[in-house]
Amino acid sequence: MIEWRDEGIVLSSRRHGENDAILALMTFEHGRHMGLVRGGGGRRLGPLLQAGNRLEAVWKARIVDHLGHFALEPVRLYAAGLLDDPLRLAAAAGACAMVDEALPERDPHPRLFAALLTLLERLTGDAAWPEAYVRFELLLLAELGFGLELDVCAVTGESEGLAFVSPRTGKAVTMAAAGTYADRLLRLPSFLVLPVPADRQGIADGLRLAGFFLDRHIVGPVDKPLPLARDRFVSLWQARLDATDDAREDGA
Amino acid sequence: MSTAEIDQLARLLAKLPGLGARSSRRAVLALLKRRETLGEPLVRALREAFDKVRACGVCGNLDSIDPCGICASQRRDRQTILVCEEVEDLWAMERAQSYGGLYHVLGGKLSAIDAVGPEDLGIDRLMARIQADDVKEVILALGATVDGQTTAHYIAERLAGLAVNVSRLGHGVPVGGELNYLDEGTLQAALRARQKLTL
Repeated sequence: MIEWRDEGIVLSSRRHGENDAILALMTFEHGRHMGLVRGGGGRRLGPLLQAGNRLEAVWKARIVDHLGHFALEPVRLYAAGLLDDPLRLAAAAGACAMVDEALPERDPHPRLFAALLTLLERLTGDAAWPEAYVRFELLLLAELGFGLELDVCAVTGESEGLAFVSPRTGKAVTMAAAGTYADRLLRLPSFLVLPVPADRQGIADGLRLAGFFLDRHIVGPVDKPLPLARDRFVSLWQARLDATDDAREDGA
Repeated sequence: MSTAEIDQLARLLAKLPGLGARSSRRAVLALLKRRETLGEPLVRALREAFDKVRACGVCGNLDSIDPCGICASQRRDRQTILVCEEVEDLWAMERAQSYGGLYHVLGGKLSAIDAVGPEDLGIDRLMARIQADDVKEVILALGATVDGQTTAHYIAERLAGLAVNVSRLGHGVPVGGELNYLDEGTLQAALRARQKLTL
């Protein structure tokens, strides 16, 4: 019998039969890991199996190739604190769905686990979380080998005045070097390269930037769209941004 | 030893919720032993249900008439619609005998993992109904889960431009529940939804 104990964050769960569930956990040491949860479709374990919850998991299987089954204890049930806030709930669901879609099984990514945990902590607390969301998606790209190079301009080698990212190379480009190609490049939000706070438009630009490369490198090659939950978060964010712009124009 | 007919019946019954291989064989045995009093009435009832029961074209409830008895009733509050995921949720609300309005059954909830989007649920039908029937309140009775509340928020956004009150069921301590047996998520929700005691 093979057995390990680890901490994990619920990415998704799906009913299996009448009473059980198949759970996808993002664990610290074992990466994205699936397992059967006996009674996971029932009232006692149902609240634990919500996306974003942090659990203590013991996984057991007869041989390593088996699906195996989880025994679970709650550590922090983040989902309950998010249910009343549509934007935060959409962000948490989007991040979990993105990891679930992007990561191969049983491939450890402790930095990504830590970033997801930080994001969930911020989502349920008072700290600024949208910036953490964008950084989380960029880290996801980097962990899968598609990190963007945002330190210096791909054309001039300068590290100041960075304003765009080339959709072809994923490298930063300065405003001056972009020239007439600016409208073909992706906008680089300043909070990703300078110690400045993120504004709403910067977050929208960051989501577009990460979304473009997640689509190109992660889901596009397997002919899948970005997860619905992420789409919902991005469209909610854009709707709030548009509403703010409209209010500003009305005020003026 | 059993015949192919018995095996087939047991296999089909085992697909029903709450029945496994052994219990379905017991059910087959009971049906065959009590052929006149149980087996044949069950066959007739099944035939009749399959012939007559349909999903209501207005709310999605199951009934032998369309619109269903609830939608057709003039004694119910026709300006309030309670939105739920499945017909069994509607039945649960009716059992509670504390709601006298109309219903709308979505037939599921938005789900990233199952790729269920708004177009897969009857949300456009709900919107059309609210606008056509001068509805004043929509109660979102969806599960206290990530998918359930994502669906509730989505519907609330879609209803934002309409002159309709949108509410949702409370989340918290169940009647008869003791605090030390509740999970921390339910306790968090209960604390957030605390109410002032009126004397």
